[in-house]
Amino acid sequence: MSQYAYYPGCSITVNNRAYDTSTRAVCQSLGIDLVELKDWNCCGATAYMAVRELAAFVLSARNLALTEQQGQQEMLTVCNACYMNLNKTNRYMAEEPKLREQIGAALAAGGASYSGSVKVRHLLDVLVNEVGCEAIQARATRKLEGLKVACYYGCQLSRPYPTFDDAEQPSTMDRLLEAVGATAVPYPMKAKCCGGMVMSTSEEVALKLVKGLLQCALDSGADIIATACPLCQVNLEGYQGRVSARFGSKLNIPVVYFTQLVGLALGLTRQQVDLGRELVSADRALAAYV
Amino acid sequence: MAEPGNNGKLAPAGARIGVYVCHCGTNISQTVDVAAVAAFAASQPGVVIAREYKYMCSDPGQELIKNDVAEFELNRVVVASCSPLMHEPTFRRACAEAGLNPFLFQMANIREHCSWVHTDKTAATQKAMRLVEAAIRRVVENEPLESRQVPVTAAALVVGGGIAGIEAALEMADAGKKVYLVEKEPSIGGHMAQFDKTFPTLDCAACILTPKMVAVGQHPNIELMTYSQVEAVSGYVGNFKVLVRQRARSVNSELCNGCGLCQEKCPSRVPSEFEAGLGVRKAIYTPFPQAVPRTPVIDRDNCRYFLTGKCQVCKKLCPREAVDFEQQDQLREIEVGAIVVATGYQVFDASRTKQYGYGELDNVLSSLEFERLCHAGGPTGGEILLKNGQKPESVAILHCIGSRDSNYNQHCSRVCCMYSLKFAHLVREKTGARVYELYIDMRAFGKGYEEFYQRLLHEDVIFIRGKAAEVSNVAETEAERGKLIVKCEDTLLGVVRRLPVDMVILSVGLEPQSDAREVARIFSIGCNSAGFFTEKHPKLAPVSTPTDGIFIAGACQGPKDIPDSVAQGGAAAAQALSLIDRGQVVLEPNVSVIDEERCAGCKICISLCPYQAISFDEARRVSRVEEALCKGCGTCAAACPSGAAKQRGFDDRQIMAEIEGALAEVVALT
Repeated sequence: MSQYAYYPGCSITVNNRAYDTSTRAVCQSLGIDLVELKDWNCCGATAYMAVRELAAFVLSARNLALTEQQGQQEMLTVCNACYMNLNKTNRYMAEEPKLREQIGAALAAGGASYSGSVKVRHLLDVLVNEVGCEAIQARATRKLEGLKVACYYGCQLSRPYPTFDDAEQPSTMDRLLEAVGATAVPYPMKAKCCGGMVMSTSEEVALKLVKGLLQCALDSGADIIATACPLCQVNLEGYQGRVSARFGSKLNIPVVYFTQLVGLALGLTRQQVDLGRELVSADRALAAYV
Repeated sequence: MAEPGNNGKLAPAGARIGVYVCHCGTNISQTVDVAAVAAFAASQPGVVIAREYKYMCSDPGQELIKNDVAEFELNRVVVASCSPLMHEPTFRRACAEAGLNPFLFQMANIREHCSWVHTDKTAATQKAMRLVEAAIRRVVENEPLESRQVPVTAAALVVGGGIAGIEAALEMADAGKKVYLVEKEPSIGGHMAQFDKTFPTLDCAACILTPKMVAVGQHPNIELMTYSQVEAVSGYVGNFKVLVRQRARSVNSELCNGCGLCQEKCPSRVPSEFEAGLGVRKAIYTPFPQAVPRTPVIDRDNCRYFLTGKCQVCKKLCPREAVDFEQQDQLREIEVGAIVVATGYQVFDASRTKQYGYGELDNVLSSLEFERLCHAGGPTGGEILLKNGQKPESVAILHCIGSRDSNYNQHCSRVCCMYSLKFAHLVREKTGARVYELYIDMRAFGKGYEEFYQRLLHEDVIFIRGKAAEVSNVAETEAERGKLIVKCEDTLLGVVRRLPVDMVILSVGLEPQSDAREVARIFSIGCNSAGFFTEKHPKLAPVSTPTDGIFIAGACQGPKDIPDSVAQGGAAAAQALSLIDRGQVVLEPNVSVIDEERCAGCKICISLCPYQAISFDEARRVSRVEEALCKGCGTCAAACPSGAAKQRGFDDRQIMAEIEGALAEVVALT
């Protein structure tokens, strides 16, 4: 059984709980042992990095230090922002001796240290490259046949670091969901920005981005959007009303986590993958699979 | 000038050494305290004179050595300067002119091995002293040696039948030398044969290339081997043995008259490599009508007969009974004195840049595809058409795809700006469509290139300074519907723009051939980090390689346009000719010898020698080295259990003395 230090991150423990629940359920079902990192803290995401860079790096580094301290080699996260920031911290610490020294001093003040040994993995990477699409296909008891999914990766999963997928046109989620029977529709906007935190500062800009993503998914004939990022999920789902009002076209499509779809295919129940919390109900799109 | 001393160490008997420490302008002196190194050298036993000088390789530098040999009766010389690759011959010659055996000279590399790779001056100076002491201790042990001369085979091999290889082959053949031209494709011509027009003059590529191809095919001194590859090279400068595999054409070129009937009726249709995939060819084919030679080949991987055992239509139709399914690959060994490697380039695979939709979206073309689209002999007869058969109303040309991009290739491919301008001209001329050029920097460096750029500025082409970010078919407005939308930052306006167009041309860069590293290994030459072959010196020896007798020309050395490729082909030919016409080459005397008194006749050396240079004298029960065959690799000397095999210039005493010198400080500390 493969074991990972599980780093949930702030957002999925507060307003994106379905992602956390479905991740744990899918991992349990596939024999992936998630040991939640003890005493973890924020990764330093969103505005933090731009305002106080060093502090943000130290926040991330503390989580990496805890992982080492708790005897784990690999850390698993499902949030794209956490994934990007933790990887960025790892890279910068390896490449910038001066920064490494500063972060090291901050960690030391709290009695911690980090040697740089932890590998940060995204669940999508682990499912496709460790467990493997074929193995998951073999375990799928309820094929998602007929479900047309727009696979939406967001921007931070593969940029700036294309660690396990193409930077511009990633395909791992497409392959994973196709393996469990769904049809991944061609979705050229799959790695475009959803606006992220800009939604709270320049809503006009972000709404336009969300509109493009939703419109493209609908034009591609998708029944549902699957995402790998909590913030993307919030922006795409939560603002459909405002987008429709602003642009005068009715845009309505459910947005769920890829883990929820994989979970259903693995035979998990609606409750086990925490469906039902959506603002745009996925019930109709998923009626045949629950 | 530093005063001689002896540092309390024992002076080696009879040695009178001169040491010269070079500044190399500031290349060495900015990181190494040259004066301190010279003073250190002066304190070494046996050193009679130690000097520092700005440029030891200059005439006055060499004069210093010559004068000192006479004045101080020097019998050993050490120069601490650059890599021996370039100037060891220079200083050996200076020694010889001063009456000293040139092998009583030793070089210490304090530039590439020291000043260029260090920043700490104190530590670098210490290291330079160690390198100098190693050279001093070794030169004491050096013995006078005599160089060998061997005759040169008066024939040359050219590898690659693109424009650079063609030029090299013709030059040498015209000078009366036998030339073997090996090309892996069924025809010579290379990439140039695929082009429509050439920049900046817009003359037709075929009109200037095909006469040269024909000349190669008919030249009495050129033996053309197409559909062939070099598998192995042995020997050395002036005397190479080359193993060439001639793949089975399945068509007897003695009988075939190139009528083309076989190709007409062949039922197998295969995407044509020559048409960059835009057209089809048959399984039995000549790549293009002007191919040299005209004899077709059967592509066995796609031939119905070879796949199913049934068909033979070509064989039945051939009026000359030239089709021969039984033909086998031929292995030929040829002997040449010089080799010109001109294996060319490949274009960047645009499907690696997913953001431009290549391979996914219709009417997104690579530049090579567009060349074929423009070409009178291409799939549309030279008409620029969209996939639906309509003429485009707007075309965007995207520069630097796969070039100047840290994700793919860091280098500038040099030709793309100019061929992109040529494309813009052709689109304007043939369709009148609106043309956008999206460039990072416009690089118009060659003769007539800037003028060509100025001309295009007046042909109503729209130049946008900014690299395209993506090409998509996701429309945001009605005007964009059904179009390809090119998104880019216009850095002169400072805005992000979306350009709806009908056709996108990706100006892909030039890369080393995918098998460049393997080819480099076969010819014992080097590659840079990108995989382009490395010249002996980037300025002064651009077509030579560190392996004597092997030259490089054209885009295998780095991205190049046609004029530069032709110039290099000619230059490589001139160098090869000069080698062949010298008639003799001087070989390093560092061959092995076997001391018959000590040889126990165990024959270990015979089994290890990679050059079959050692034979066994049954009468005397000893091994014997054939000097002409020995390449001085030293394997036998290292393996000999009785110490009978020795390599001249590299015997144990000399190597140990050098090591002791390098480690003298460490030894002193322990």
